[in-house]
Amino acid sequence: MNSNFEKGGKFYWLHSTVDAFETFLHVPGTVTKKGSHVRDSIDLKRILILVVIAAVPAALFGMWNVGYQHGLAIGDSSLNILGNFWYGFLRVLPLYLVSYIVGLGIEFASSQIRGEEVSEGYLVSGFFIPLIVPVDIPLWMLGVAVAFAVIFGKEVFGGTGMNIVNPAILTRAFLFFSYPNYMSGSNCWIHYKPTEQLVDGFTGATPLALDGASAQYGTGFWDLFIGTVPGSVGETSVIAILLGAIILIWTGIASWKIMLSGVLGVLFVGGIGDLAGITTIPCYMQLLYGGFAFGIVFMATDPVTSAQTECGKWIYGFLIGALCMTVRLFNPGYAEGMMLAILLCNVFAPLIDHVVTSTHISRRAKKLKTA
Amino acid sequence: MSQTFVLKKGLNIPLAGEAELRVSKTIAPGIVAVQPTDFKGFLPRLLVKEGDPVLCGSPVAADKKNADILLTSPVSGTVKEIVRGEKRKLLAILIESDDKRQCVDFGVKDASKLDAAQVREALLQSGLWPWLIQRPYGILANPEERPRDIFVSTFSTAPLAADAAFCFGSELEAAQAGICALTKLTDGKVYVGLDGNAKASAFAGLKHCELNTFRGPHPAGNVGVQISHIAPICKGDTVWTVSLAGLVAIGKLFTTGKYDVRRKVAVTGPMAVQPSYVEALPGTPMQDLTAFFGNTPAEQLRVISGDALSGTAVGAAGYLGYFDTQVTVLREGTDQELLGWIRPFRFNQYSADRSYFSWLLPKKKYAMSTNLHGGPRAFLMNDGYYAKVLPMDLYPVYLAKACLAGEIEKMEKFGIYEVLPEDLATCEFVDPSKNNIQAMIEQGIDLMLKEMA
Repeated sequence: MNSNFEKGGKFYWLHSTVDAFETFLHVPGTVTKKGSHVRDSIDLKRILILVVIAAVPAALFGMWNVGYQHGLAIGDSSLNILGNFWYGFLRVLPLYLVSYIVGLGIEFASSQIRGEEVSEGYLVSGFFIPLIVPVDIPLWMLGVAVAFAVIFGKEVFGGTGMNIVNPAILTRAFLFFSYPNYMSGSNCWIHYKPTEQLVDGFTGATPLALDGASAQYGTGFWDLFIGTVPGSVGETSVIAILLGAIILIWTGIASWKIMLSGVLGVLFVGGIGDLAGITTIPCYMQLLYGGFAFGIVFMATDPVTSAQTECGKWIYGFLIGALCMTVRLFNPGYAEGMMLAILLCNVFAPLIDHVVTSTHISRRAKKLKTA
Repeated sequence: MSQTFVLKKGLNIPLAGEAELRVSKTIAPGIVAVQPTDFKGFLPRLLVKEGDPVLCGSPVAADKKNADILLTSPVSGTVKEIVRGEKRKLLAILIESDDKRQCVDFGVKDASKLDAAQVREALLQSGLWPWLIQRPYGILANPEERPRDIFVSTFSTAPLAADAAFCFGSELEAAQAGICALTKLTDGKVYVGLDGNAKASAFAGLKHCELNTFRGPHPAGNVGVQISHIAPICKGDTVWTVSLAGLVAIGKLFTTGKYDVRRKVAVTGPMAVQPSYVEALPGTPMQDLTAFFGNTPAEQLRVISGDALSGTAVGAAGYLGYFDTQVTVLREGTDQELLGWIRPFRFNQYSADRSYFSWLLPKKKYAMSTNLHGGPRAFLMNDGYYAKVLPMDLYPVYLAKACLAGEIEKMEKFGIYEVLPEDLATCEFVDPSKNNIQAMIEQGIDLMLKEMA
């Protein structure tokens, strides 16, 4: 039956798809043709599935939090942990379905057009996208945004590995600029039905938007660290994200340099803001707010769109942290700067690398001349 | 001034099937092949026809661009067949040995008393000149040039590489004569790289050269890596390299007056039966080694002349390459592994990546096959992922991409002059995107040769 899918066969136009499912089931019996006769057992499937696994704690917590926040909003605390999780799971599941069906569909089709094997890149992007959007985002908007990001953020450049900006971040940016009402303010972060009666004095704003003053939610260190606050699905729990960071750093898939320098960037600008009296929030609390933790661990470290060189990674990470804080401190209209910081630094990453490699090479050439 | 270089980056590939340090067989091949394709930059012009008698050291082919560069027969006998490929490309000259080992006498000479012209003449006449490889590009050295320096590495860190001390430790006299000859060919120095991983290098006593010790994982033994640490090649520089086997052969030419390239060859690899050493000539047919292949059907074996990273798959009907001191026998990994990529443990599969657990068993050797373990993808991981297995001061992914794009300026900038494909073999091994990085570098070098000619 397989012969139908080979070149010249009846269903050759489907070969990328068949190949994708086949290699999903088992490591293919392909042997090396050129160069090194033996190869490492690692492949992109393995690396990318580990990234997904690293994001699972944040996703699970996010689903529970959707249920928990809903309960708080309507003043009903009857659901237990599992009940809250199930409630959230049912709300997040459609986001996943839309993200994967639209994204993978486009990915398969473009691989087919290019005649290449289907790359696994979207498995990760598709897992992240529902975690960085508000749970109540209309599904058609999400679908449009995913289609835009995958086609214009990735496929036009040649697919996974060739993209300039992170497709997941681009999805969010598209939503943010096209449908701002659904992406910011105080009405989008918590799921509730229009018919449901809200508790008195309810506000659905994220702690970041409230600037640290809210009667309803705890916005102390531990609430933010554990993540029992409103926000995008997967971004609230710093502890769940840290679990993922440990996996990513241990396996060496994500760069600890980017993460550390990002933290330093936030502390630096946040510290200046604190000392200059621009904000009353101590700079270390800024690490817990909003999308910074999720962004710096999972989004900024994307190896394709981050800086490539080791020195460049320090600059790139620091810039993200610093830019994120700058937006938070000086932009009254929009409280969160992480998405724009990553997007901007994605665009600047090749320039950072160019400066790093050029400096390195000219310095080395000078040294060789004098030696 | 001799130095010790400790190289942290790199990767020793734990391939099973190391050759036992004994010579299990001395092969007197009935037929040997002289393969002009072994020599990059050599355009062959035939000097013999089928049926011609030859002696050990008689010329059989000359370079079209420089008629002084000769390939000579390693045995005495008659020319049996001229093998040609597509477009009548000369592939091999098969010579039937008469087992008498009659040699052309080039005369015993004291290399240290000759001048440059005499050394050059002796090497060209005897057919030993092709051992001199020019960097950049890894092509035949040009006899008209005087290189900045000459480099010799006395060890190899490639997977299962032949033990240099075992193969050539008893030929120190010849090696010394070889170095004396080489010093005449350059205005700079002859640099010899010593094995810092062994307790004491057998070659530490060599004179008239600068000795440097290299300690570290593969590719610390690659002469290209050593050059980049001692005196990197800049644009416009030309250096030459000679392998240890070549150095000894050159030395023997002066001490015995004969063209003698007989050497110990390690037969290795997970599929080799009782891996050990044989004495053989370059161009020895792999059929003479069938005892090592066991009962496995030929189509399930990959017979490689050279090491598992950069060797050539010659097949069971092929011949030992001119420069190779090793044969690696691997299993063709055509089997499929159910859900292999997602299994948490794959103890029989090696990976340098932390997402597997090979690091728990640092001593374990793996019976690797030729399976690609994945599908080809675009480069996804950072440059740093590759740079950690490359002990050279350059950016491997940037260099590979520049080669792919064919941008000369960028290739120069990222160090095309310093590398040969073999130097980036470890990068190719660890690449999760399964790119053929060595082929990319090769493509870049070929472009440079075309554009710079």
